[in-house]
Amino acid sequence: MNDALGMPQTAVVVGATSDIARSIVRELAGRRLSKVVLTGRDEARLDAVDEEVAALGIATHTKVLDVTDVAAHSAFVKRAADALGQVDLVVMAVGALEPDGPEPPGPVETAELFATNCTGPAALLTAFAKLLCDQGQGRLLVLSSVAAVRVRRVNYPYGASKAGLDAFAQGLSMGLEGTGASVVIVRPGWVATRLTEGRAPAPFATTPDAVARDVAAALERGTSVVWSPPVLRFVFGALQFLPRALWRRLPS
Amino acid sequence: MSTAADLDMRVPSGTTLLNGWGRTAPSAAHVVAPASAGEVAAVLSGAGKAGGAVPRGLGRSYGDAAQCAGGVVISSGRLDRVLGWDPDSGTLRAGAGASLDALMRQFVPRGWFVPVTPGTRHVSLGGAVAADIHGKNHHGDGSFGRYVQSLTLVSPTGAHRLSPGDDDAGSYWATVGGMGMTGLVTDVSLRLIAIETAYMRVDTERADNLDEVMSRMTDSDADFRYSVAWIDCLAKGARLGRGVLTGAEHAQLADLPARLRGQPHAFAPRQRLDVPFTAPGGLLNPLTVAAFNELWFRKAPRRRQGEILSLAAFFHPLDGVGSWNRLYGRRGFLQYQFVVPHAGSEVVRRALEALGAAGVPSFLAVLKRFGPRDPAPLSFPIEGWTLALDIPVGARRLGAVLDDVDEMVAAAGGRVYLAKDARLRPELLPVMYPELDHWRARCRVLDPEGIMTSDLGRRLGWLEANPA
Repeated sequence: MNDALGMPQTAVVVGATSDIARSIVRELAGRRLSKVVLTGRDEARLDAVDEEVAALGIATHTKVLDVTDVAAHSAFVKRAADALGQVDLVVMAVGALEPDGPEPPGPVETAELFATNCTGPAALLTAFAKLLCDQGQGRLLVLSSVAAVRVRRVNYPYGASKAGLDAFAQGLSMGLEGTGASVVIVRPGWVATRLTEGRAPAPFATTPDAVARDVAAALERGTSVVWSPPVLRFVFGALQFLPRALWRRLPS
Repeated sequence: MSTAADLDMRVPSGTTLLNGWGRTAPSAAHVVAPASAGEVAAVLSGAGKAGGAVPRGLGRSYGDAAQCAGGVVISSGRLDRVLGWDPDSGTLRAGAGASLDALMRQFVPRGWFVPVTPGTRHVSLGGAVAADIHGKNHHGDGSFGRYVQSLTLVSPTGAHRLSPGDDDAGSYWATVGGMGMTGLVTDVSLRLIAIETAYMRVDTERADNLDEVMSRMTDSDADFRYSVAWIDCLAKGARLGRGVLTGAEHAQLADLPARLRGQPHAFAPRQRLDVPFTAPGGLLNPLTVAAFNELWFRKAPRRRQGEILSLAAFFHPLDGVGSWNRLYGRRGFLQYQFVVPHAGSEVVRRALEALGAAGVPSFLAVLKRFGPRDPAPLSFPIEGWTLALDIPVGARRLGAVLDDVDEMVAAAGGRVYLAKDARLRPELLPVMYPELDHWRARCRVLDPEGIMTSDLGRRLGWLEANPA
């Protein structure tokens, strides 16, 4: 159960091999988290994360899952619910970046990016939302991005896919009002992770551990949108009003 | 297309979002309100498939004790009738949904009072049993379960008439303080106490620090039937734990001023104020709370004897303000109450220091000495010192500080009050309540399939056998 300070005892982590997801699990493990279901696409990496989480004294179950395989979602949700009893928190942390380079991704890569970042997660969130409604409690933690707030020229396919997910999560949040289930949207800025390795950091760059601390604080306070670092809320609040001509020319 | 309307259709129909008085951790459940023991039995027989069931009275437990996410919440609201009254013995029989407020309005004018009352009249008889409530008279009179002559419990195995005088009183004492996990109490026979007036004769005294508060309470407790101290948690250094002690007796007719003697049993407390909407978060912060505490301390007389107060003014001052829990804003608040045996009394000081160091503001802190305990395995009061604090959710490090205090309390052989808990680390439950196994075994007799459950119980894992 989630306690009065918003701390979950159980969690399903979708995209558990991501650096941000690992940090979130570590942060919550120091509080009340005691049982998790971890998923990832890559079995070897998933096993490594499993070992790392089990070493924190947490009971783990793992499942290799490709979030774009929508046909597998409902069986997975049922398995996760059986393994955990109550699902207090779902961490939706899957995500991919387009290849680094001057050329935007082609049609196939673009479709894959949207399947991984937007349509796959949206479908799985829908399945978990139903479970949480039936449970009468639980939270969906959706990893969005500040890139979703105003799409940039350099990584617009990524930004647009996250914008789709972010908007979906906002709608889901409204739909869940009164059910006991709720949604928390996380919008980190540039985070130093495996995904961004070798790429130039943006201003207000942060780390997975710092994002995890902001997430825990938001769960505790019942905040529905988390900006990490928090100052980005104001930065992007202002950047929304930057004229398009200027915004387009912003350096990557 | 997924629209909000579609989503709403997916919400299990007829569920209600419920929370405790602290307004934290809401969850949704089907609420049913049976009107008889037979209807309760029918609800319980279907509840196993429906995700479990928990009783709920007036929803005044602070945390998640009367919630059952995804299951059935059985309201005692329609079981609220007075069923019998014997003026010779002062024994009242009433439905478990009857509130102490309703009972007082009916019986105080006849010269009778409840044997134990908490800080609010808005609790049900069933809730009073389930939490084994205590009051300002615990040091001499004990807790609620001591005054129940008998009760009807409808457990998943059927209806049981239970009494502390039973040859095997195990089921009775598992129900007292049992947080609804043995079933639903449908009616209670309770011994009332005779009172000559509806007034209290109150002595008030100010003390400048915690040692003084505790030593004066130790010296003077035996002189009063009712005794309690309010503590200023935000005073630091030499003034740490400064407070206002009150000791009181039911006033005799001769104590009353002439204008009150004509109607010595008049009892019609009114709600004077209401909080019509949820206040903005942060209204109660260290600054405003410190200002309130300072005023409260200064307005108390250094020493005053024989003040005459109404029952409501003495026992239930907050009942004069409707929905006062909204003052804590959207995030709600925690009520944290622990008790430590006398040998561990220094935990009171260490807890105040830890909370003060973390800048956690507490509006009302109440300190009291408990007398000997009841035989109920899950009843909260044990002999020693109890401290209760109201804390708004939102202070940084609040969770960590309370975890630290829990550890101190457990190490000293103390425990936290389950009717108020909303965040205890589950591993500490069997340490704080060493008779948990014994209680669980009795629950299994009354509820072999484990139908009774609550958010509190799931969170603390109290019905799961300890991993060997």
